Formats: sequence, structure tokens, C-alpha cells
Amino acid sequence: MTRGISKQITAWIYASGIGLLCLWVLFPIFLIGLGAFGGRPAVYQWPKSLWPPSLSFNQLAVFLNIEGVGSAALQSIEAASLTMVLSLALGAPAGYALARFSFKGMTLFRLIILMTRAFPLAILALPLTVLFLRLNLYDTALGVALVHTALALPFAVMITASLFAGIPRELEEAAWVFGCSRRQAFIKIVLPLALPGLVAASIFAFVISWNEVFAASVLTVQHRTLTAYLLTVLSESPLHYRFAGGFILIIPSVIFIFAVRRYLFALWGVTSR
Amino acid sequence: MAGIIISSVSKKFGPTTALERLDLTVSDGEFVALLGPSGCGKTTLLRIIAGLETRSSGKILIGENDVSDLPPARRGLAMVFQNYAVFPHLSVYENIAFGLRMQKRDDAFVKQKVQRAADLLQIGPYLERYPAKLSGGQRQRVAVARALAVEPSVLLMDEPLSNLDALLRLEMRAELKSVLKEAGTTTLYVTHDQTEAMGLADRIAVMHKGVIEQIDTPTRVYSYPETQFVGGFVGSPPMNFLAVTAKDRLIRLGNLTLPTAYQGAALLGFRGEDVELVSEHEGLPFKVNVVEPMGSHLLLTGQSLGERLRIVVPPQIDAHQGHSFGLNLNVERIVLLDPKTGKKL
Repeated sequence: MTRGISKQITAWIYASGIGLLCLWVLFPIFLIGLGAFGGRPAVYQWPKSLWPPSLSFNQLAVFLNIEGVGSAALQSIEAASLTMVLSLALGAPAGYALARFSFKGMTLFRLIILMTRAFPLAILALPLTVLFLRLNLYDTALGVALVHTALALPFAVMITASLFAGIPRELEEAAWVFGCSRRQAFIKIVLPLALPGLVAASIFAFVISWNEVFAASVLTVQHRTLTAYLLTVLSESPLHYRFAGGFILIIPSVIFIFAVRRYLFALWGVTSR
Repeated sequence: MAGIIISSVSKKFGPTTALERLDLTVSDGEFVALLGPSGCGKTTLLRIIAGLETRSSGKILIGENDVSDLPPARRGLAMVFQNYAVFPHLSVYENIAFGLRMQKRDDAFVKQKVQRAADLLQIGPYLERYPAKLSGGQRQRVAVARALAVEPSVLLMDEPLSNLDALLRLEMRAELKSVLKEAGTTTLYVTHDQTEAMGLADRIAVMHKGVIEQIDTPTRVYSYPETQFVGGFVGSPPMNFLAVTAKDRLIRLGNLTLPTAYQGAALLGFRGEDVELVSEHEGLPFKVNVVEPMGSHLLLTGQSLGERLRIVVPPQIDAHQGHSFGLNLNVERIVLLDPKTGKKL
């Protein structure tokens, strides 16, 4: 009897934990959506209703027509695509090495990869600006992409490492025995099996770049990425336009992550495919 | 077709020695099993032959060619892996065709060879399926068919049956034997399962701690082990060993006397089923401790001259705990080993 109750309590705690986590993520998105579609009344209404009092796409349309949003979006896409390519090109070989070979200082290497995330970007901002100015990288998508690659690289390495580790070594060995060189075995066997995961990892890198605002704001002036541009433009505009801008920023990330969720889960060992 | 010559191959992993100056010759068309407990170096040896592992020293010849430094692809061999290693993103057909495609054979040739290998292993109906839709036994067949399709001069098998359940293993064992006999492929087969080794192999190489303790036909390995390890490892129950002293060309054990050419201390080994039960006043005294009816026979565990013995007797024998018997040994069926080195005298 008591066991049944304690089981129920555990289940209840579990469920409420899930509920809290979902609220943590979904509630802000809900508020943003409410503000974006409801306009001024929805932003200032209290208590909040579940559905905006008057649904309109007006502020979204106004926002999309702000001068510079289009070109900033292009800058964002360019920077994010470059980030995606660079972090995969650099991260996947490192991940493969971590997964397949054991070498001296492997644990240290892993640690250092993660440590790059611990380095505060704010401290780097000034030296990076100076350096980029000298190298003519300042105010370019490539410059932003380089910094974003540094941010995305640890994830790219770790995700691809677990991805490659999940592909049995024997499959490669079998390919070697049956006539493949190392490169052929990689292309014929490992790559097709890793492809969905690699796509997921690169989309993840894309989203990291798309969402990043600090480095993008510091390192660009004329050619701002969407996040950086919105930060400057919207700080002057009414609240419901800011919500509209925020909503448009969120959408691509959410869609991308949703599309590849299965692979991201699998990569992090939450479920097995 | 080709034989394998392994000459003086050593392998060191840091300070530990996995293989110690090992020699082994497999003749053309022969089936040799590498048998040993886990960690004895048998899989390492197989992987060195395949080129998947580097050797520390020594040479490997396949046919007439020194393949020691060739990559796996150029050694002209095929391998069946313990966990099958069938490619999950290729259909059964493409899996079997993989080696032939790498040899850039034309489609008609590939089709003919794949069909033949698939027929041999009775997986013809599954050619269009993907490995995820196959059972373990069927995947194993695909792995074997993939290896046979390239018609390799040498086939290496690494515990190919160990992931199958007992009944399937028995079935696959018999099938493998007939398939490989038909193909006439030189085969080196790694296993820790002695019934597999005994049933399949022309010769068994028993490995222990990185050396081959004995290589001989299954019957001779079973009946006349060269070392105490082989006697204890091969056979169920393992061989019985008694410490004896030979004097005046005779070994005396209780009321039993055996003639011998040897003088001095020795270890006498005999198989549990090679004893003859006699009355308790004759022969080697034996007191039963445990009786295990195994269906086809009774397994008796008991004491004799202070040592534990396991003997096998027909099921109709009336034996209970506490019974005493005498044991008669056939002098043709015993081995004498050096008590210090455990090697044959």
C-alpha cells in the first residue's frame, strides 16, 4: 500500500518536473507569441489571456518591412552557413579521432574543448575587434562566423565524437578486409551511416550562430546580423514590435531543432534510435 | 587457394605480451581452429593475420606472398566477425556483393556469385531486405555469404557463432562445415568453445597465454594432451590428473599397477570416460561424492588417493553418494606429464 503511494509520489514529482521544464521554455515563447500577434492590447493586458484579444499579423508585417531587416537576415544566414560549414569541417575530424583512436592527452584534449566554452566572450571582444580590424575581417559575415565557429566547435566535436563512436569499428574493419582503403571505407560505410547525425550537428551549429547576439553586435557595424540589427533597431520601438521581432527570430531555430530532434536525442544518449 | 605460414610472430601491448614468438602453418584447404580461454591471444593473432592489428615482430605468408606489411585490402582474404558486421545501410544483396564490387567486377559476374553464395547459405529469399529486418542467425549467414562470395584464398572467422543461441549454433555449425568443405577454403577459426573447435576443425591449435600449447587433430588433442593446460581446458569434464611416482618400470595406484618406461615423479592424466568400474577391492580406489545424471551418461565426482576425480559412467550404473568403486585404467589411454613444467614426458 505504502509502496503504491510512494510510487505515485515519485510519478507525480517526475511529472511536475517535466511540467516545470516545459513551462520554463514554453512560457516565454508563449508571451512573445502573444505580444507578436496580439499587438499593443495583448502586451499591456493584465491578467494575460490564453489567446490574444485581437489577432493580427500587422506588427509582423510592419516589422518585416523595417528597412534593413532583409539584408540583416541575409547576413545572418551567411554567417550561420559559414559557421555550419567551418564547425563541421573542423569538428567532425576531431570527433572521428576522439571516437576511433586513443592517443596521449586524449582526456586533456576533451577537457580543453569544453573549456573553450568557459572563456568569457566579453573579455575577448576588444582584442578580437582589434585583430579583425587589422585582418580586414571586421564587419564581415566571415568574421562573425569565425567567432561563432569557436562557440559551436565544442558541440560539433562532442556530438560527432559520440556519433562516430556509435558506428561499430568492425563495420570499418570489414570494409578494409573486403578491399577498401581507409578513405574508401569512410566514404562507403561510415559517412552514409553518420549522415543524418552530421546533418543534425551542422543544423545545431547553424542555430547557435543564428541565435548569438553579443559577438555579432560587437564585431559588426554596417553589416549586422539579424539579432544584432534587431537589438539596435528595436530598442527604440514600441513593445509589441519587439515581440514581433523576437518571434520571427525564434521561429527558424525552433523549426530546425524540431526537425532534427530525434538525432540530437540519440546523440546525447537520451533514447536509442 | 593458399595456405598460411605464421613465423615467429610476437605482439606486445606496452609491457604485456599478447603473443610470444608464435609459429603456425595452415595448409591449403585446411580448417584450423584456434581454441583458448579469453585473453589467450587467439583473436589478436587472427587480427594480425587480417592486417587489422600491427605485429611487433615476425612474418606472415599467405600462399607464397609475404603479406606482413600489406593493408588488409591487399591480403586476399575474407573475414567473418564476431558481431557479424553486416553493413546496415546496404541490402543483403549489396552486402554480399560488397567485396566483388570493390574488385570492380561486372554486374553479371557479381549477380552470379551473390546468387551462388546466397543459395549456399539459404538466404536467397532475403536478398532485397535490409539487415535490420533479419534475425541474428540470418545476419550471420549474410556475413558468411559475404565472405564466401569473393572466393577468398583464406577465410578468417572470429567466434562467428558465439552470438547465436544454442540450438541455432548447433545448426549453423553443421552447415558451416559442409559449406566450407564444399568451397575448400583455407580457414582459420577462432573460438573459445571446444565443441565448436572439435566438431569443425581438421586440426585444433590450443592457445594459452600467447603461445600455442598443442596443435593436432581434435581426437589427439582430446586424448593425448601435450600439456596439463590442454588436458584441463579441452573436454568436459576436464582430464583428471594424479601425482604418481614410477619405480621399477611400474606405477602403483592403490591396487592398480601400470607398466611404464619412465622412472620418477610424474603427473598421470586420464579421461573420465576411459575408466572401467571394478569392485572396490581392485584397481584405483574411488569414493563417490556427487552423482550428476546427464542423460546419456552419469558424471561422478569423487575422491581418490586424496585427489578429486571426475569420471563418466553409463547411465544404468547404480551409483550413490558414499559408494566406493575401484577404477581400472587402460594404459593406452593415459598420458604422463612432467609435474614441474606440465609438459608431456
